[in-house]
Amino acid sequence: MSETFEYLLRLGDSALILGHRVSEWCGHGPYLEEDIALANTALDLIGQATLWLEYAAEVEGKGRSADDLAYLRDAHEYRNLLLVERPNGDFGQTIMRQFLFDAYMVPLLDRLSAHDDPRIAEIAAKTAKETAYHLERSLDLCVRLGDGTEQSHARMQAALDDLWPYTGEMFLGDAVDAAMGVDPSALREAWLATVRQLETAGTLALPDSEYAHKGGRSGQHSEHLGYVLAEMQWLQRSNPGAAW
Amino acid sequence: MSELPLWEIFIRGQHGLNHRHVGSLHAADAEQAILNARDVYTRRNEGVSIWVVPSSAITASSPSEKGPLFDPAEDKVYRHPTFFEIPDEVGPL
Repeated sequence: MSETFEYLLRLGDSALILGHRVSEWCGHGPYLEEDIALANTALDLIGQATLWLEYAAEVEGKGRSADDLAYLRDAHEYRNLLLVERPNGDFGQTIMRQFLFDAYMVPLLDRLSAHDDPRIAEIAAKTAKETAYHLERSLDLCVRLGDGTEQSHARMQAALDDLWPYTGEMFLGDAVDAAMGVDPSALREAWLATVRQLETAGTLALPDSEYAHKGGRSGQHSEHLGYVLAEMQWLQRSNPGAAW
Repeated sequence: MSELPLWEIFIRGQHGLNHRHVGSLHAADAEQAILNARDVYTRRNEGVSIWVVPSSAITASSPSEKGPLFDPAEDKVYRHPTFFEIPDEVGPL
């Protein structure tokens, strides 16, 4: 299995699983404007996943399509970050998860937009714009709710504490990253600079812990991913080849 | 979310047209109103510029004044520029 294929799966799967998670909010948002914004974000992410997985399928060269990769792989074949498969929880958990991910993707896509592989560079440049908007929105909401009422502050702090151990995985490089010429640990400084705004503007306390759950990027997932895939894949699994 | 203030949203389209009123939405402040307007009203590439105005800043004419305000114009056809021939070179106005 080529490193490029593996790396593209990581990018595509994280976008796909987070997109699916956020889409679970459709029709359940806290108010109309936010409901539409969440649906837009979900669609953006699923669009990004399509771009990455289409290229992954081409690189693999076994005649599989992006849809095959999305709908016909099992949990252990998924390469997404553990962070994005975390349950939605309350709105604070959802938007905090989004923020921690967006703050990571902005510097990563910036790095990838100068990648040697022109296709990777093109996809990164294309998706960087909407990702920058996602970050603007998720940061804005995290700061407002962090520096909001007693209740919103407590919920945002709980969300940050809960998700923090899932952020370390984003910066752990391995042989696949090295083969692609990307060093994830080099992104941590930029990420942390963005995340510190939770403290300075959002009055939240960053947890003092380096403990990191890991394994998602090599296929070891929490039990939550199985439930996500069951809902996402049931139609193709029970009606193989079904199309509009 | 009834406790959030209401904002009127104006979007300028692609072709140098004026900002047009497109609707209203709820937001905590002007910055958030812009972000919400982006998501609610520019999903299909409608705009290049967004204005937001607190709904409370708009003074509307009252329906009961409709007669005095608008009826007198009805029988003054000479105020309409419909009696001019427009040369073809002018194009659409």
